[in-house]
Amino acid sequence: MGEDSEFFFSLIVNGISIGMLYALIALGFVLVYKATEALNFAQGEFVMLSGYIAAALLTAKGVPVIAAIIGTIAIMIGFSFALERVVLRPLLGRPIVAVIMATIGLAAILRGLPPLTFGAETRAVPLPIGDDPLVIGPATVPPIQAIGFVVTLIFLGGFTWFFSKSRTGVALRAVAENQQVAAAMGINVERYFALAWAMAGIASAVSGIVWGNMLGVDVQLALVGLKVFPVVILGGLDSIAGAVVGGLTVGVVESLTAGYVDPYVGGGTKDFAPYLLMIVALMFRPYGLFGKRKIERV
Amino acid sequence: MFHRETGVFKTSYAADMALYPLPIARGTVIALLVLFVVIVPAVFGEYYLSIINLVLISIVGALGLNILVGYTGQISIGHGAFMSVGAYTAANLAVRAGLPFWITLPAGGLMAALVGAVVGIPSLRIKGLYLAIATLAGQLIIEWIINHVPWISGGTQASIQVPRPSLFGHEMKTQGELYFFLLFFALIAIVAALNLVRSRIGRAFVAIRDQDIAAEIIGIDIFRYKLIAFAISSFYAGVCGVLYTYYFGIANYEQFQLGVSIEYLAMIIIGGLGSVLGSILGAAFVSLLPLAIRTVMESVGGLFFAANEMATVVSSMRLVIFGALIIVFLVMEPEGLNRLWRNIRNYFRVWPFSY
Repeated sequence: MGEDSEFFFSLIVNGISIGMLYALIALGFVLVYKATEALNFAQGEFVMLSGYIAAALLTAKGVPVIAAIIGTIAIMIGFSFALERVVLRPLLGRPIVAVIMATIGLAAILRGLPPLTFGAETRAVPLPIGDDPLVIGPATVPPIQAIGFVVTLIFLGGFTWFFSKSRTGVALRAVAENQQVAAAMGINVERYFALAWAMAGIASAVSGIVWGNMLGVDVQLALVGLKVFPVVILGGLDSIAGAVVGGLTVGVVESLTAGYVDPYVGGGTKDFAPYLLMIVALMFRPYGLFGKRKIERV
Repeated sequence: MFHRETGVFKTSYAADMALYPLPIARGTVIALLVLFVVIVPAVFGEYYLSIINLVLISIVGALGLNILVGYTGQISIGHGAFMSVGAYTAANLAVRAGLPFWITLPAGGLMAALVGAVVGIPSLRIKGLYLAIATLAGQLIIEWIINHVPWISGGTQASIQVPRPSLFGHEMKTQGELYFFLLFFALIAIVAALNLVRSRIGRAFVAIRDQDIAAEIIGIDIFRYKLIAFAISSFYAGVCGVLYTYYFGIANYEQFQLGVSIEYLAMIIIGGLGSVLGSILGAAFVSLLPLAIRTVMESVGGLFFAANEMATVVSSMRLVIFGALIIVFLVMEPEGLNRLWRNIRNYFRVWPFSY
């Protein structure tokens, strides 16, 4: 391979490995939207919160790594349950703006709390995984990204199976399709809403651990939440496979623009190129690449 | 506003839509004008006037956002960016062409209206959540462009210093002079909004908000009216940005980032969606909130936090209280301060002889 194609190859590999991690965050987002039609603008803050929890548990003395990870997941599940109960359930049936604003308010709270309780400095999320990068041809991938890749694949497979095969998953889909009909068929709609949020909590907890390990945990970590929007829009808000495709697309586009365009315009393109792509995609497919087209009735 | 009627005796739509529902309302309006034109500037000193000035500016922005979100039902998370468009347009015109504020101000508003209408184009095909994210994209893209094109942003700091506004050769420097400058535009904004929402256009907006397909069926060109809503709303935002620029004497994109868009959304939610009075109350409430928090923290915060952390504590505290207020209002009182005000009025309507 020549130097140019090597550069291109390593950009693509980096894009894919980071894109899978975007997909991991997006999963939490899609799970909530799929079941409850609530757009969670606080997804980035969820990731940040679980990063703080993971940092606290993993650096605590005498706590084994596995216990700390399970603890993080458990706390995030509890948090999501409580959130659904206290904030989102009263907003059922209200305009979309209300739910969006509630999660924006939540995001503000979550961004304000850590400096008051944990202090302002960046915290590490130490995982026992070593520093040697994986070498794939001319490209290198940090081990945490490789782990994130595998975890996302597992989640993708797991949730796909869950929604298509398991009884609970089918019930969740029914709730998403039509709440009234689902309730008439004997499905406890509110319980399934809580379940959807709990699953989003699991996805957020894992993303928090992975991203926290990669970037360190501080308030800035919440900014990864901004990356989620192009990812989920490209994929379609209610598609799990779409989250992964969107994640990979955004990852690769970011990596390529950072590699080829940034040197000419002085940096920062990778923050807005995905949004530009997203707008173009929305013009042609208003419901994303894999999103379900909605039929509106008056 | 403060008057109380004894019942509903309206016999025509014209009477129902009237700006002054009762003759006494004229008296109320005159009293309010006297309060704000004569008494407020006479009573308050420079410091308090500077705070009131900020409230006046945010009233303009909140009114604009409420026209879009509250009346037309289209969400925008990009209003901060529209403000920056107005601010930089005015700053460039004022500095490079040396134009006075009465040209740069409408120019800034028009430019913002144009950009806002462009960002609003997707609203034809996408709505709700997707539209929210599309306007978010607009915010980030406009921010990036302003920050990366020196021709607009005026160099490395991405900020442009503007001269003070001047009228008949007199430069407005003190807060008192700026107060009248800002009050004038805030009043125009309020009256224009009041008249807009009871016009044909305003009724079309409300029809689109309530059910856009039904609105289209009864003959409203929804694409046209959605674009008009985006344009008018962004015009307000642009003017608000210009006013900020003249007030601070500098145009800087950091004043108009995503957080500002959210702050204005909070204003109209706390104030009351789809209400002019609500926009005013919400703008005042949200602009005064940080000051209240700072005052409280400076007096009692020392008990809980070290003095050198106080700046972080206040700003974090602000975020937390801010978020909590949004959620509390959404869950408990979705119609906001406007509804609370109406409840108080209704209570006094028959006071002291309530049932």
